[in-house]
Amino acid sequence: MVGGDVAAVEVRDVVVRYGDTTAVKGVSLSAQRGRVLALLGHNGAGKTSLLQVCEGFRRPDAGTARILGLDPVAEHDALMPRLGIMLQSGGVYPWAAAGEILRLFASFAANPLSVDMLLDRLGLRKVEKTRFRRLSGGEQQRLSLAVALVGRPELVFLDEPTAGMDTEARHTTWQLIEELRADGVSVLLTTHLLDEAERLADDVVIMRSGEVAATGTPAELTAAAGIDLLEVRADPGLDLVGLRARHEVTEKSPGEYSITGALDTRALADVLAWFATADAHVTAVSSRRRTLEDVYLSLTSQHSNTVGVAI
Amino acid sequence: MSAGTFAPAPGRASMRTIIGKQIRMELLLTARRGEAVVLAMGVPLLVLLGAGLTHATNLPTDDRLGFVVPGVLALTVMSTAFTGQAITTGYERSYGVLKRLGASPLTRPGLLLAKTAAVLVQIVLQVLFLGLVGFLVGWRPQFGELLPAAGVTVLAAAGYSGLALLLASVLKPETTTGAATLIYVLMLSAGGIMFAAPDLGTAGWFLLPLAAHAQAMRDTLMNGASVPLPIWLALATWAVVWLTAAARKFRWE
Repeated sequence: MVGGDVAAVEVRDVVVRYGDTTAVKGVSLSAQRGRVLALLGHNGAGKTSLLQVCEGFRRPDAGTARILGLDPVAEHDALMPRLGIMLQSGGVYPWAAAGEILRLFASFAANPLSVDMLLDRLGLRKVEKTRFRRLSGGEQQRLSLAVALVGRPELVFLDEPTAGMDTEARHTTWQLIEELRADGVSVLLTTHLLDEAERLADDVVIMRSGEVAATGTPAELTAAAGIDLLEVRADPGLDLVGLRARHEVTEKSPGEYSITGALDTRALADVLAWFATADAHVTAVSSRRRTLEDVYLSLTSQHSNTVGVAI
Repeated sequence: MSAGTFAPAPGRASMRTIIGKQIRMELLLTARRGEAVVLAMGVPLLVLLGAGLTHATNLPTDDRLGFVVPGVLALTVMSTAFTGQAITTGYERSYGVLKRLGASPLTRPGLLLAKTAAVLVQIVLQVLFLGLVGFLVGWRPQFGELLPAAGVTVLAAAGYSGLALLLASVLKPETTTGAATLIYVLMLSAGGIMFAAPDLGTAGWFLLPLAAHAQAMRDTLMNGASVPLPIWLALATWAVVWLTAAARKFRWE
């Protein structure tokens, strides 16, 4: 059965502990079919632990996980043929050649993709006969990705898929992930690369210290943060006292005012209204929209726990 | 929706295909570690020629080859099913290979079956080779009790495999390697291969499976006699206990 109504991933109140450390502190999230969900966070934010629960390698200490409607531990054997899993590193016999590994995993599947096509698409043709331990880090990653895809899975879990890849391989991988989504494959990936999440993800879950810090589409996350820099060119030397009461404003150079902080539509109107009441001659207004990176950094920095982003 | 290149079409190949391909890979990788295989054969070969053809050790019989060759065959079974397998599996775990296989359509029983089958194939080849070398230097075995000899060999291999997989599951790979080598050396010294095993009575067969297996091989191949019941019981106990423990403790990670 392909498709169906159940979510690709449904995680409820999952807790993962290692001894006294709690790596995942009651996380809930759901990933819809045919979409790309990026789990974003620093190292140690709990992304990989959560993924391990979804892959059935770890039983959660509390909470539940349902993958394609199945319990990843109890229904492991029924689930595995439907999943494509790319581990963060290793996972391959060091003395086996790239082509041998891919053919082995292809032979486990009922309707495998063409091994030759994958070798060509992922730039592995020239290392087909090279043993795994002699492959570069990027080549090992691409082979791992090929192994995850070869069984034509419904859902793929990619743990830091482009780590160690050069720019060209990274773009190839991104195109491939976009093609997966276009073909109806659901994708859950972890990353700490903002441009990766921004480019690929339909949905983003930002994790911090084992908890979900924010969820939403990249547009929602950045829109909620609004504009964070407004630059206004007007008459030099305006008396800013009234505006300073409500906003962070500086005159960087004569006549160049910058207003910083998370600015929503109301705040923008308020700033421009102030220039109007000051009878200023505004000659230019420019704004910088917050990027996912700004949102991420403000959410995940250890010192700033009070950020006005909540979806 | 037009079916693209990656349109999902999941499914598991037949278990026969999966296990067959996995056995092939296990054997291919074993052959590739050729030097390790030769080395594993080197010790038994040295013991066979050294203790079998010279009077380097005192044996409780004048038929030196008749005593030594069956013991060497038993030693090889232990070396492959226990020492070799524990070390390989320990490293496969540390490389993440077992985890990766666990995330594939290959099931846990499937992997254990493939590993066991690959070990049995190796054992058959090694026993044939060492038996041939023994024959060439003058060993003349009895073939009347070949079936019981094969039976105790399968039991011994199963027990060793179970213990190997158990060690590889509960210890770090370096510790597994150390422990497996130590046990090999201990068994080689006290296991009744180069000289007679310490006489511990029936309890000895349960403590020293190598001695039990070697004795059973001698009884059958040297004397054409049947295998004593305590030896059957000892080896069967080892097989059941360690395989059960391994099945419970075996981890993909």
